[in-house]
Amino acid sequence: MTTSDDVRRDLRSPARGPRAKPSVGRAPGRLLLPALVGLAVLVVPLLALLVRTPWAALPERLTDPTVQDALWLSLLTSALAMVVCLLLGLPLAWVLARVDFPGRSLLRGVVTVPLVLPPVVAGVALLTAFGRNGLFGAPLRDLGITIPFTTTAVVIAHTFVALPFFVISVEGAMRAGNRDYDLVAATLGADRWTTFRRVTFPLALPGIIAGLVLGFARSLGEFGATITFAGNFPGTTQTMPLAVYSELQSDSDSALVLSVILLLVSVLILTLLRDRWLYQAAR
Amino acid sequence: MSPYLDADIVVRRGGFTLDVALAGEPGQVIAVIGPNGSGKSTLVRALAGLVPLTDGHIACRGEVWDDDAGTPTQVQRRNVGLVFQDQLLFPHLSALDNVAFGPRSRGAGRTQSRQVAAAWLARLGVGDLADRRPGQLSGGQAQRVAIARALATDPALLLLDEPLASLDVAVAMGLRFELSRHLSEFGGVSVLVTHDAIDTMTVANRVVVLDEGTIAQVGTPDEVAQRPRTEHVARLVGLNALRGHSAGTDVTLADGTPLTSTTPFDGEVFASFPPAAVALSLDEPFGSARNRWRGTVRSVVPHGAAVRVHLDAGRALIADVTPASATQLSLVPGRRVWAVVKATEIAIYGAAAKH
Repeated sequence: MTTSDDVRRDLRSPARGPRAKPSVGRAPGRLLLPALVGLAVLVVPLLALLVRTPWAALPERLTDPTVQDALWLSLLTSALAMVVCLLLGLPLAWVLARVDFPGRSLLRGVVTVPLVLPPVVAGVALLTAFGRNGLFGAPLRDLGITIPFTTTAVVIAHTFVALPFFVISVEGAMRAGNRDYDLVAATLGADRWTTFRRVTFPLALPGIIAGLVLGFARSLGEFGATITFAGNFPGTTQTMPLAVYSELQSDSDSALVLSVILLLVSVLILTLLRDRWLYQAAR
Repeated sequence: MSPYLDADIVVRRGGFTLDVALAGEPGQVIAVIGPNGSGKSTLVRALAGLVPLTDGHIACRGEVWDDDAGTPTQVQRRNVGLVFQDQLLFPHLSALDNVAFGPRSRGAGRTQSRQVAAAWLARLGVGDLADRRPGQLSGGQAQRVAIARALATDPALLLLDEPLASLDVAVAMGLRFELSRHLSEFGGVSVLVTHDAIDTMTVANRVVVLDEGTIAQVGTPDEVAQRPRTEHVARLVGLNALRGHSAGTDVTLADGTPLTSTTPFDGEVFASFPPAAVALSLDEPFGSARNRWRGTVRSVVPHGAAVRVHLDAGRALIADVTPASATQLSLVPGRRVWAVVKATEIAIYGAAAKH
């Protein structure tokens, strides 16, 4: 028994080739348009940057000692900040994820504050604490230790803004990772350090790497806290974003070139880390 | 001399109290059964040191793990092996390294630990899977690795928390007999928490029945299966077990139903009879008004060559009838029937006073 619908379908199907996909996965028009506009907001400025960059000047700018210093300083301070994050943030994340104590959620909140704090406020706060006449800065100065406007200050500023990213990421991984594995390790005779080293740490590794990537990227782009707390001295505190800012005051072409370099470095690091380690560790 | 395992465990948590005394000698496999919330898991966790005792003591293989004096021995210093229902193999380590984890944590060198681990994997029949990650193992293979991991630390006490519950029926059946063999070769005491009557019958040589945090019954698997003292165990082993009071051969059940038995007894009793001893009819049976119930059919399911009928007769009753009579009586849920049991089929045994 054939209905008219069947007939219509039969007539139509040879011409259609492979059948259309079910409509569930297709986007409705009224979502598609804002989605495309959203994408444009993200992509257009970067495209403009790439289009306007004087590419011919790139090799020359790359060999410029100021640029080389800034690039090297950015990579160095960001890397150092990540070392500090690993040494301090990993235990902090572990405590937040695994130890039951009163006020834990309050502490978790405190850790996330720098995440939403305007970077310039972070710089002012750091200056108030470690500045020449700061709360801790003044006694340190008496001991002959000066922190502000040094490379150390850059690392501290980077750590301050990047640590929350790292801690949140690692804590999430440690909380998601089954706490029962710690109990299993204990029943097998492992002390707490062995358990951390051989079970908790490796199971949280994808989160740790993700935290380092996020933190490094955040650190690489850090501007407000750095310029406030460390200043903008070429060779000691002028990181790439500060160099871009300085160049923009005088020579906008140079600023474009530096911006592109920073963009490329950021994208390079992200893709390298994501593809090579992040997914392997997650597997 | 005190027993190899000598435990008197009191744990109070919220409104729940677990109060259980447990003793065992090397080679013994103690099955712990009971309904959900009866305290089985708490008992295992208390033995392992994962839950602190409120009162009591635990000693095993001559070591005191917990008593009134001093701080309890930490989990990692108790010689316990734990096998979990969902295995909990370390996902980032190979099967071999999972098993080697215990010996290594207890001070053996890397090479030696791996040798021990390889030997245990081979004993459990999964020696060829040593390099696999847990994600690449089937449920049965993973549970074998988990058992090997627990045994590789040479524990004094092996705790198994429903080790077969998460496995397919066929896989569980195969592993059950192997488990039985490994546990009988094991030189310590095994405590097996289970929901399964077959586990209890095939693997254990002693059964502890928990009910609301206390021991309702202790005995050999045969004793417990034939004379269950809780309705939970009666259901598990597929018996009808009803509580009542006996004077001579006259038994009055808790709901007032009169029974006649052929075993004289005075006092609180359980009256138990197998489902096959229950006859069903549509018309009220002739003769004495004893040993019978009027009830409603709740469910009718195939059971081997017979048909198992669950009845609601003011209490739950189970009856096994032939498929022919099930058809003849048109047994469907909701059908009203009479259930009769012969006096000679009723076993009468004293019920321990309830705490």
